[in-house]
Amino acid sequence: MALSPNFHSRRRTDVDPARVPPGQYVTSGFPVLSAGPTPKTPPADWTFTVRGAVDRPRTWTWDEFRNLPSETITVDIHCVTKWSKLDTSWTGVSLETLLGGTRTQAQHVLAFSDGGYTTNMPLADISDGRAWLVYAYDGAPLAPEHGGPVRLLVPHLYFWKSAKWVRGLELRNQDEPGFWERYGYHNYGDPWREQRYTGD
Amino acid sequence: MAGTAIHGRLKWQLGTVVELVEETPNTRSIALALCNWHGHRAGQHVDVRLTADDGYQAQRSYSIASAPEDRNVVLTVERLADGEVSPYLVDELRIGDQVEVRGPIGGYFVWEATCERPVLLVAGGSGVVPFRSMLRHHRAAGGAAPIRLLYSARSQSALIYRDELTRMSGYPEIDIRITLTREQPGGWDGYRGRIDRGFIDLVAWPPADRPLVYVCGPTAFVETAADALVTLGHAPDLIRTERFGGTGT
Repeated sequence: MALSPNFHSRRRTDVDPARVPPGQYVTSGFPVLSAGPTPKTPPADWTFTVRGAVDRPRTWTWDEFRNLPSETITVDIHCVTKWSKLDTSWTGVSLETLLGGTRTQAQHVLAFSDGGYTTNMPLADISDGRAWLVYAYDGAPLAPEHGGPVRLLVPHLYFWKSAKWVRGLELRNQDEPGFWERYGYHNYGDPWREQRYTGD
Repeated sequence: MAGTAIHGRLKWQLGTVVELVEETPNTRSIALALCNWHGHRAGQHVDVRLTADDGYQAQRSYSIASAPEDRNVVLTVERLADGEVSPYLVDELRIGDQVEVRGPIGGYFVWEATCERPVLLVAGGSGVVPFRSMLRHHRAAGGAAPIRLLYSARSQSALIYRDELTRMSGYPEIDIRITLTREQPGGWDGYRGRIDRGFIDLVAWPPADRPLVYVCGPTAFVETAADALVTLGHAPDLIRTERFGGTGT
């Protein structure tokens, strides 16, 4: 370790440090990160599919999805590029609701999105009430650059796992790394264990 | 393109500052000597970590500005008004100081000189930094691909790598088009105004040439440029983006 004598913290003092994972800083903005152009899928063309190692694949249209019970949740989010944003408010459908009617032995899931993005996680992480498909942020429809019309929200993992423009989940018996996971980012991505990159 | 497989853990290592270059009033290039560096690919970034006297640590990501062939790893850092790490790196860091570094990171926003497809680089402000790595890599590796850089800056004094870009534009494979958005010096014969659809239509390769496109800059810039490219008919899967901008909006 090298000390930088003239370096001083400009960390916000109005934030409870216990809510900020190691190596993160709190921002009030909402940075945007994505690997390519922003897809623009109108809700009329949008569907959500659960497929793969399941008893039967299921697909919801936009209207069917919006008729499912939804909830508004307030969570902290943590991006691997070091920013965290506290008390973000989202509205959407719990993945517990979407996966409830599906029988599977699978333990892994690969989420897939418009534009070809994918990300993987254990099925257990999204089927126990800790993950949502969200269509609104702060009470307004989710903007395309933030993943609209619908993105995944898995706030207990780094935010690249909360796939933007999500179109479905592939349930898998074997784990399959997603887009950033293949480019050296951590397979699981727990911000509290600072699992940013492979091997962390 | 193959991913960058990272085997084992990316460890923090000490980098010693061996050269500092003021690029603009807000931007400085920091050359680091690293003992345990196994190379990088043009377009990748590193994490930098600072530790204060009281043990407080902060880390941020910075694009690598040097080519894989260069002796040192160079970072070009822009001072953000509300920043925590960047003001220290731009204003306080001295030659001989040490900072912690880990990387290289990222395997998608990268370019290899062995790729002969035309390359279009679209930079807003300090988004030009990873492109300097790609241009230097092209020169050092004797790349055959035609490269065109569209670079938008506020004013002539805000142009990063101005002299180097001027020199590079003398090579037949490299074509550099600069637009100044807010303020142009007397006699300026470059472009004026923001990079928008009309500008890209005018100065980019046509979509039929299927160039590989890289866009880097603040979020709003990248959104505008990437949307314009798609609207003009460039294939979304040939467009790679990298967005930044401090705390974002």
